[in-house]
Amino acid sequence: MSTTANKPAGQMKQTERVVMGGGPGRGGPFGGGQVGQKASDFKPSLKRLLRRMAPDRARIAGVVLLGVVSVAFSVIAPKILGHATDLIFQGLFGNRLGAEHATKEQAVEAARAAGDGTFADMLSKLDVVPGVGVDFGAVGSVLLIVLAVYVASALAGWLQGWFVTDVVQRTVSDLREEVEQKLHRLPLGYFDRQPRGELLSRVTNDIDNLSQSLQQTLAQLLTSILTVVGVLGMMFWISPLLAVISLAAVPLTMIISKQVMGRSQGLFVEQWRRTGALNAQIEETFSGHALVRVYGRLPEAEERFAEQNEALFKASFGAQFVSGLIMPLMMFVGNLNYVIVAVVGGLKVASGSMSLGDVQAFIQYSRQFTQPLTQVASMANLLQSGVASAERVFELLDAEEESEEPAATGGPGVTRGAVRFEDVAFSYDEDRPLIEDLSLDVQPGQTVAIVGPTGAGKTTLVNLILRFYELNGGRITLDGVDIAGMQRRELRDRIGMVLQDTWLFEGTIRDNIAYGRPSATEEEILEAAKATFVDRFVHSLPEGYDTVISGDGGSVSAGERQLITIARAFLSDPALLILDEATSSVDTRTELLLQHAMAALRSDRTSFVIAHRLSTIRDADLILVMEDGRIVEQGSHVHLLEADGAYAALYRSQFESAVDAA
Amino acid sequence: MLIQLLRTQLRPYRTWLTLVVALQFLSTLAMLFLPHINAKIIDQGVARGDVGYIWSMGGVMLAVSLGQILCSVIAVWFSARTSMGFGRDVRRQVFHRVGSFSSREIAQFGAPSLITRGTNDVQQVQMLVLMGLTMLVSAPIMMAGGIIMAMREELGLSWLLAITVPALLVTVGFIISRMVPGFKVMQVRIDTVNRILREQVTGIRVVRAFVREPEEKARFAAANEDLTVVARSTGRWMGTMFPTVMLIMNVSIVGVYWFGGHRIDSGEMQIGSLTAFMSYLMQILMSVMMATFMLVQVPRAAVCAERISEVLDTDASVRPPVAPVTLEDPRGMVTFDGVGFAYPGAGDPVLTDISFTALPGQTTAFVGSTGAGKSTLVDLVPRLYDATAGAVRVDGVDVRDLDPEALWSLIGIVPQKSFLFSGTVRSNLQVGKGDATDEEMWAALRVAQGEDFVRALPEGLDAPVAQGGSNFSGGQRQRLAIARALVRKPKIVVFDDSFSALDVATDARLRRALPEVTSESTVLLVAQRVSSILDADQIVVLDDGRIVGVGTHHSLLEECPTYQEIVRSQLTEEEVA
Repeated sequence: MSTTANKPAGQMKQTERVVMGGGPGRGGPFGGGQVGQKASDFKPSLKRLLRRMAPDRARIAGVVLLGVVSVAFSVIAPKILGHATDLIFQGLFGNRLGAEHATKEQAVEAARAAGDGTFADMLSKLDVVPGVGVDFGAVGSVLLIVLAVYVASALAGWLQGWFVTDVVQRTVSDLREEVEQKLHRLPLGYFDRQPRGELLSRVTNDIDNLSQSLQQTLAQLLTSILTVVGVLGMMFWISPLLAVISLAAVPLTMIISKQVMGRSQGLFVEQWRRTGALNAQIEETFSGHALVRVYGRLPEAEERFAEQNEALFKASFGAQFVSGLIMPLMMFVGNLNYVIVAVVGGLKVASGSMSLGDVQAFIQYSRQFTQPLTQVASMANLLQSGVASAERVFELLDAEEESEEPAATGGPGVTRGAVRFEDVAFSYDEDRPLIEDLSLDVQPGQTVAIVGPTGAGKTTLVNLILRFYELNGGRITLDGVDIAGMQRRELRDRIGMVLQDTWLFEGTIRDNIAYGRPSATEEEILEAAKATFVDRFVHSLPEGYDTVISGDGGSVSAGERQLITIARAFLSDPALLILDEATSSVDTRTELLLQHAMAALRSDRTSFVIAHRLSTIRDADLILVMEDGRIVEQGSHVHLLEADGAYAALYRSQFESAVDAA
Repeated sequence: MLIQLLRTQLRPYRTWLTLVVALQFLSTLAMLFLPHINAKIIDQGVARGDVGYIWSMGGVMLAVSLGQILCSVIAVWFSARTSMGFGRDVRRQVFHRVGSFSSREIAQFGAPSLITRGTNDVQQVQMLVLMGLTMLVSAPIMMAGGIIMAMREELGLSWLLAITVPALLVTVGFIISRMVPGFKVMQVRIDTVNRILREQVTGIRVVRAFVREPEEKARFAAANEDLTVVARSTGRWMGTMFPTVMLIMNVSIVGVYWFGGHRIDSGEMQIGSLTAFMSYLMQILMSVMMATFMLVQVPRAAVCAERISEVLDTDASVRPPVAPVTLEDPRGMVTFDGVGFAYPGAGDPVLTDISFTALPGQTTAFVGSTGAGKSTLVDLVPRLYDATAGAVRVDGVDVRDLDPEALWSLIGIVPQKSFLFSGTVRSNLQVGKGDATDEEMWAALRVAQGEDFVRALPEGLDAPVAQGGSNFSGGQRQRLAIARALVRKPKIVVFDDSFSALDVATDARLRRALPEVTSESTVLLVAQRVSSILDADQIVVLDDGRIVGVGTHHSLLEECPTYQEIVRSQLTEEEVA
């Protein structure tokens, strides 16, 4: 399988991918551990993404509801706990005062008399009964309530996480499925235009990234926002003054995170840019290792590397330092808040305008307050990267599809294999016409050899027969029926194809042959394998037909892979055959086998062969000589040699010297 | 492996590491001190109504906070510097080490794998160092400090710690032990899904030609379902983590209240300690969580570290000689004398008992089926590999005794894959000869049949070349690679199947022009097409790593059955005869 086009993903072995972990999605606890590509159209894409979750409306409602419940419970609990503090505090004073004073009023009087006005104020507000200690019955019931609230909050949290996972995984799974189905509906031109690595990145990396960022952000974003709101509410309820003071931390937090993130974003961009540059250099030097050495360029490469490496160090140090500041800074804001609450709260308790339990609760709240704020900021970043990925996937889903299929026509009853091109015109690119006014008449059973230089349109011609592309003019008929009027599958069912690019999937040799006709029996597969010489080398493999063909070939050589593709076409038993003869790097013995296999495949079928071998060309019933998208000559070998035109010239340059010498 | 790598690589940063630990210690101490002061405010200020005390202690708290952030910021500075410096150093060493490798080690690891090791793997370990310095260092300090402070604050409640800390450890550990295998399975299934998608995209023509869309859809749907199932269950475990941890924390708070309340009532404990103790408990539990999350990262980074160490611990098999011999007036005669070559550990040798001499001014061609050892043979000349038996000599001197730089300066090599470097046409030709003049470059291009298309480029010699030369066609790349070799006017030229991408006419023109520059050079030519080697002065026929014939086209046609077989497979019977 050709993996050269998709450099980063394709070349890595699986073990390496596991180690690398999941793509760009992991933000890490340092916030901004990644730049996050920005979605160019954030809102519409996000909306569209959310719309995709609509089938899970009930679950989403559950998620929101459970989120509210969970947060509400966890937010209310410290306030209730504050009651316990108060009960204990009062009991404490009760104990202390009990020895000297009979009633609370007496104690207050005594304090005032002693000139301790503040203490008297505080005491007067307390619900103290001198001599009575802590009421553990009351404390116990308060604590039981708190416990129940916490358990309920945890349960709601669990359920929420459960639902969120379901929604996210369903959405992503559907999206993946939809993308895969889309691949089969896209015109082939789309695959030609898109760089393969780029397309693969969309269908793999982007969906992975989306899945991760959704899973990480969806629940947390909701919880964090709810917590901020809930906590703020509680804080105002307990003490508006302290709440306002704490609220001052919000803009402070915002400013700090905006400053830090803005700065680190720039530094991260620089870091990734430098990383990219360095990786490119490493890749180039390592891939061209032999050349770099033999041409004595190693010192130069090392010098350039050292420079790039130092630049990357500087950039990444900057990025990590600045982004690393966010945690200490946030902690500082939190601490500052803590100090202020402790002091102001202490003063208020001392003046009797607030209970100690409330201060206690407030401290707990203010600690809960800054953390989700920071989280929201980093979640937003992560979500942005996810939406950017979603956008790229949506672009793929929105790409124009192949034209509609006509209803089944049945096509010509029994395919005889007569092919006619009538004034066919085609171009990949409107500005550059490739094939114009091409006409051709092929009788059933004929072998047509197509020769000509690279770029002459040989492959395009055979692709048109398969209707991989739609014509710009003229028509092609199969047994008199216009192929544009047939369903694609009706047409392609009658055609077998062997390409130079030996595409096999990761599976056993048997499965790869059976790909030609999944309904084939074991005997038929064996028969096809024997006829195409696959059987011979399969016998030398320890696992025989169960040998798994892996992406990088491994146990099976290039020539043997080609034989398997021929067996595949043989098994499909088509009326019409398209062969792209391979010439590259096949050893001589396999080469002979290949020739015989191709010949076996061609017998009694109409075949179009993009031919490189002299024997194929000479034996063809019809030779098409193509140049610049036109058929400049057609006829038999003898006929064309006599005409002494382009074919004769080509023949002489390519083969005659060899023949003479022999 | 991970620990060893860290120990050796972090050695230069010892001072900074000590500083980081010290600063983190101070910072953690400050964090731990705050609840203590708060307790004092409550006990001695609030409970007694002493406003002055509250104010002064508030001031102390503020000062402690300021000190804390100062320590933190400096610690972050040193951590970032240390970890990124670590990454830089390791990358440099990997690069340097790989540079010293011979093609044997490169083949052994595989270039893509080496690239991953030098980039991604280093990145992973570097991030672990950074996180370790910020979190892993402070977690134990926070934990130990928290426990000490909590016990100091209230010894009577410390047994609560003995319950909650292990409870948290066990619970978090359990959830993680459920999640980690899930993640592994998930990664495998993600790879499967991606592999199928990749197969569909690369094989789209085959899928369509054989009308196998329904089968492909089914295959994908099954893989997708497998992935979704495991992703869902792992995701659910992940979702349990946070609520569970919170529950444990909250339950322990309730416990502190209940048991603390009793101690306060009996006068064994002050009420301010209640708040302080709770804060410490929280800090301890947080540090346990942090440490656990950190430790989850370790196995992944350990794999990366191992892969990096493998590279750093591999010695190059081809090393320069201690006392190199200098060639006075090199002519470029290449002699193989009983040469054998085998990959280490591999059973069958690639080459066995190869002997021949290639003379200057002559072309020596090598033919044989794939896997016959042709490319390996020519790679022995520039010492991309070293022979494992016999000797390869240049002008009579064993190549292993020559200074590699001097040896390489004699050789121009055109590899099988015409690899171009990113840059410009000029910079690529200068790879061949650093100080080549424009005239020399054009001359080389003329012979390589590249002059026309380079002249046609608007920027000429300064036309940009993308990475891998992707903005040129295969034939153009090959011609540039040939020009690159020719521009250095080498004494020995190696063409390793270098004309495969050229069309027949260009191939013929090129071969006619070659003698212009190679009339005094030794030309070593690996070829697939018989037509490319008809004029060779000497043809070496290889089969299964052995020489089965040496001679000219005519003599071999008469004497060598393997050669006859090769020729017959490419030409038809009557044409051979």
